[in-house]
Amino acid sequence: MITRHVNAQEHPRTRSSLPPLTLLAYLLIGIGGVVMMLPLAWMVSASFKPMSEIIQVPPTWIPQHFTFRNYQQVFAEFPFARYFLNSVVTTLLIILSVLISSVSGGYALAKFRLPGQHVILILFLLALMVPFQSLMVPTYQLMVSLHLVNTYAGVVYPFLFSATGIFLMRQFISDLPSELIEAARIDGASEPRILMSVILPLLGPALAALTILEFSSAWEEFLWPSIITSSDATRTIPIGLQYFAEQYGTRIDLQMAGSTLAALPVILGFLLLQKQFIEGIALTGVKG
Amino acid sequence: MRYQTRLRLWGYAFLLPSVLLFAAVVAYPLLNLFRLSTFESGLFTGTRFVGIDNYVKMLEQPQFYQSLKVTLIWTLGVVPLTLVLGLLVALLLNQGAARFTGFFRVVYFIPVVTNMVAASFVWKWLFEPTNGVVNYFAASLHLAQPGWLADPKYALSAMMVVGIWKQLGFAMVLFLAGLQGLPREVLDAARIDGASSSQAFWFVKLPLLNATLIFVLVLLTVNAFRVFTIPYVMSAGGLTYGTPGGPLDSTRVFAIHIYDLGFKAHQMGAASAAAVALLLLTMLLTLLQFRLVGRPGSAE
Repeated sequence: MITRHVNAQEHPRTRSSLPPLTLLAYLLIGIGGVVMMLPLAWMVSASFKPMSEIIQVPPTWIPQHFTFRNYQQVFAEFPFARYFLNSVVTTLLIILSVLISSVSGGYALAKFRLPGQHVILILFLLALMVPFQSLMVPTYQLMVSLHLVNTYAGVVYPFLFSATGIFLMRQFISDLPSELIEAARIDGASEPRILMSVILPLLGPALAALTILEFSSAWEEFLWPSIITSSDATRTIPIGLQYFAEQYGTRIDLQMAGSTLAALPVILGFLLLQKQFIEGIALTGVKG
Repeated sequence: MRYQTRLRLWGYAFLLPSVLLFAAVVAYPLLNLFRLSTFESGLFTGTRFVGIDNYVKMLEQPQFYQSLKVTLIWTLGVVPLTLVLGLLVALLLNQGAARFTGFFRVVYFIPVVTNMVAASFVWKWLFEPTNGVVNYFAASLHLAQPGWLADPKYALSAMMVVGIWKQLGFAMVLFLAGLQGLPREVLDAARIDGASSSQAFWFVKLPLLNATLIFVLVLLTVNAFRVFTIPYVMSAGGLTYGTPGGPLDSTRVFAIHIYDLGFKAHQMGAASAAAVALLLLTMLLTLLQFRLVGRPGSAE
């Protein structure tokens, strides 16, 4: 009896009637799913409504007075394209720097026996523990003395190194057979060539995971760019949004159009690459 | 022998970019942090060595304890709820609702990839006292309709809801990966031995998920200690509610405290002392993680 019950739960595809527990599970998951999506539904809906309808009680979910004016006004008064460009450039720089330093550093730590290696490993472990919030004051001082305030270099500076990236790559490369490298050496391949054409092609999943991880955090970063940027030349999307909101405090209609524009590209990207996204997160979770 | 030396040189060469970046991005600012914390620097007064004065003042400051308290409440509220709800959704998806796992996994994960500033704006208006959707639902259920973000008693709880909403999908994905990695033979053995599904959960699955549980727990806790964007955007910005960390410092998390001291009050020394306190707290937590699950990068 018990066995049959468990079986039915584990294999809902067996064409018997749905057990009540499964129905309950669907119900809970469904209600939770609606709650998760509600804020986004409200955001998109509000972005197509005039102000008077947004503050209407009871709220309407499908706009009664559908309008594109919020978007027109946002594009007219808010250099969204510039913010978008700034976000793209700074995110790419961060990803590039982290990928290069993590692959090459991870490779050295995984496949070479170097005197002093352990000291470096411990230092990197230490870096893993340092929250950026602790470093923002001295980093800002450094940016001031290097004249990097309000530049792309200043925006990306604190994120060019990732200890997580190094450990992820080191772990992944350690699992690759050393014989591959030995064989390439015997064939006379140079060391950089071994890294580029033997190791690198095998790192696909780890590279994808690290790229996604760095992309999500760099694209989202709010605290540091809000300190280091002071003009539209360097403001990234989150900063632009906040700056815009400070100027148009009660214009919920414009804020929601701006928020939708900011959130949608990443959500669409996620929907297209969801498998890689979720597996990437899970991979970094497992490997830590 | 010459060959070995050449190989080593290549090894160091490969290590060089990460070591240089580490020095520039982490080590130098970190050393400078300790130095800065022993100086007093006003905007117009210049800098002056004060020894441990900044630390003494920090411990006398009510705002320091207030921000510790707020961060602690945030941690104790957001972390367990995200953990339990994330695990629950993962379990339900892994069993009952298996047919739609892919679909619901996406639905629950979308908040994770939704821009945090945008999401904070949306929630800010959902929590609006008179025209907001939250109070509309509260009214139709005949519940109290507090002022939420305008009320020091409710502001933090409202923001914690957003923290949970944002991270739940993240925890769920890690738990799903953990559940799918469980050895089938063990689960089958438990079923053959006649374990009920709740017995199988408490005595077989949960202990096997231990490593994932601790990992998610520590990750969420570290995130909770660093939280900034949600309380900052939801308390400041716009004309409706005043200063970051408000009303009345009721949402002044530790990161806002440091930000406020350093970049609003321009007291770099005081901000650095507070930053050292945050550093020590976070290191303590991470060391605890290493004790519990083993060091990252060590064999699993």
